[in-house]
Amino acid sequence: MESSRSPDSPAGPAGSPAERPGPDTPGPGRGPEPTGGVLVLTLWGLRAGPALMLAGVVLAATLSTPLFMTTGNIGNVLDASATIAVLGIGQLLVIITRGIDLSVGSTVALGSVIGAILFDHHAGGALVIAAMLAVGAAVGIANGLVFVYGRVPHPFIVTLASLSIVRGLALLLSHGEPKFGMPGAVLFLGGESIGWFPHSAFVLAAIAVLGAVLLGKLVWGRWIYAVGGNPEAARRTGIPRNRVIVSVYVLSGLAAGVAAILTAGRTASGSPDFGDLAELDAIAAVIIGGAAFAGGRGHVGNALVGALTIGIIRNVLNLLNVSAFYQMIVIGVAILMAVEIDVIRGRVEERFRVRRGELLS
Amino acid sequence: MSGAPLLAVHHATRRFGAVTALDDVSLEVAAGEVLALLGDNGAGKSTLIKCISGVLRLHSGTIEIDGRPASISSPAAARSSGIETVYQDLALFDNLNPIDNFFAGRELAGPRWLPHGLRVLRRGEMKSTTGEVVRRLQVTLPDLDGVVGLLSGGQRQAVAVARAAAFASRLVILDEPTAALGVRESRQVLDMILRLRDEGKGVIVISHAMDHVIEVADRAIVLRRGRKVGEMVPSEETHRDIVALIVGGGRVSPS
Repeated sequence: MESSRSPDSPAGPAGSPAERPGPDTPGPGRGPEPTGGVLVLTLWGLRAGPALMLAGVVLAATLSTPLFMTTGNIGNVLDASATIAVLGIGQLLVIITRGIDLSVGSTVALGSVIGAILFDHHAGGALVIAAMLAVGAAVGIANGLVFVYGRVPHPFIVTLASLSIVRGLALLLSHGEPKFGMPGAVLFLGGESIGWFPHSAFVLAAIAVLGAVLLGKLVWGRWIYAVGGNPEAARRTGIPRNRVIVSVYVLSGLAAGVAAILTAGRTASGSPDFGDLAELDAIAAVIIGGAAFAGGRGHVGNALVGALTIGIIRNVLNLLNVSAFYQMIVIGVAILMAVEIDVIRGRVEERFRVRRGELLS
Repeated sequence: MSGAPLLAVHHATRRFGAVTALDDVSLEVAAGEVLALLGDNGAGKSTLIKCISGVLRLHSGTIEIDGRPASISSPAAARSSGIETVYQDLALFDNLNPIDNFFAGRELAGPRWLPHGLRVLRRGEMKSTTGEVVRRLQVTLPDLDGVVGLLSGGQRQAVAVARAAAFASRLVILDEPTAALGVRESRQVLDMILRLRDEGKGVIVISHAMDHVIEVADRAIVLRRGRKVGEMVPSEETHRDIVALIVGGGRVSPS
């Protein structure tokens, strides 16, 4: 705020008030080029901030224990991060539209429970998988429709309600008990690996590619960004805003369905306790990865970087036998750091904007 | 000025409850003409352009486009009639680049057999089209790939006007296009208006800046309390008369 309107502090000594209409004479004495260069470099560094933070975490983990950089452990990290990342990609789509989806953890539980019940009734792998995805889509549709057409002021409230309702349904249907047994197809996707490389990482890769194509290549993706950037302008330019908003909750629900498959496959069971606080991991992944919580900005890479950062922090603290209580603290600090990087980035961009406006006008 | 005017509004009336915001106002805009819409706050200017751009419906009166009666029932209908409006808030997407801003809601994409949302964006085509419009209107932008939120006020206004110009086959409506701009940035927008005129488009400009009106407008219409109280060619000579009409003082009241 304070001084961003007088962006000449670096060039200050040269610019007396009399020369203030400086933009007219962009030539001698002002020397904005180096400052511009420094700004561009700083911006680049800040934009890469989350990835650099991940690199730092990997480096620290490698140096602090020889157990980290082993194929078996990397497989563990990938497997643990895959669920968070899948949920994170769904959450990212919602967050880009200025929304939030708190219901995904509960959806993982309900999906796994319904899958287990179906398997109990001799359903095959395809049906169980379809059912888990359908549970996710159904929760998503309900979230989206209630938010848009129920005119609820914020999706936080809608999905907070469905967090509770869906978890309650999972408890009811399972009588509060885990149910063991999953079909081979679910075990294959969520529980097996090629050597040390878990199948869940392939599932994640597929979801990531789908997400990246959606956001980067399709009209639908442009609409998601447009709705997040300026909902009113989106409506005025004829973008089907309400349908776009419903769609991101459906996609987030589907991602929760996929996460249910991975979790059920890893544990060969369905349980009403699955996915507890997973929604917060997903949100944290998106934020740590560098997407804007205020909406409009972010890509699949953000969710992947964030999920890996969380996965590695947990993993290495486990390897070092650090109490799980510290894990929570460290992840909280990572969230704050990521947000602070984003705040600074915003300020530098503002400086950059003012500077560039001067140079061009 | 041959043939039917590009846009004609006859006896437009629009009420909000007991208030008549627009009372029997008629106007015409020819191709290649800049019409200024003048009036104090609450005079009915915004209501009038909202009716022309499909945001509001007229309670009575008719609109003709190229001499044929037109029903402008929605913003989409106005756009498909070749009328584009730049509101004061610009309706830009700060998180998107100028290309995506240009094509928001009407993206070039294919293949056609897919539903619109699932089509693949034709980025190259959109970029070259945007580049052409930007060159044609001589807009100076740093690049087409940076987000609009990082542009200056004047550049943002230019993007909004260029977007309207790119898609308006007939008429561009500008609401206070220079209100928030400095001298230099206003210059760029005024030049764009003149270029649109030279391309044979009609332009309606709402503005409080009389010097800008005198410079670019071929004709001016003055509204006061929803009624049309004057129509003249704005010039240095008529400046005082226009201001008198706008404020409603002049010969009528001795204040």
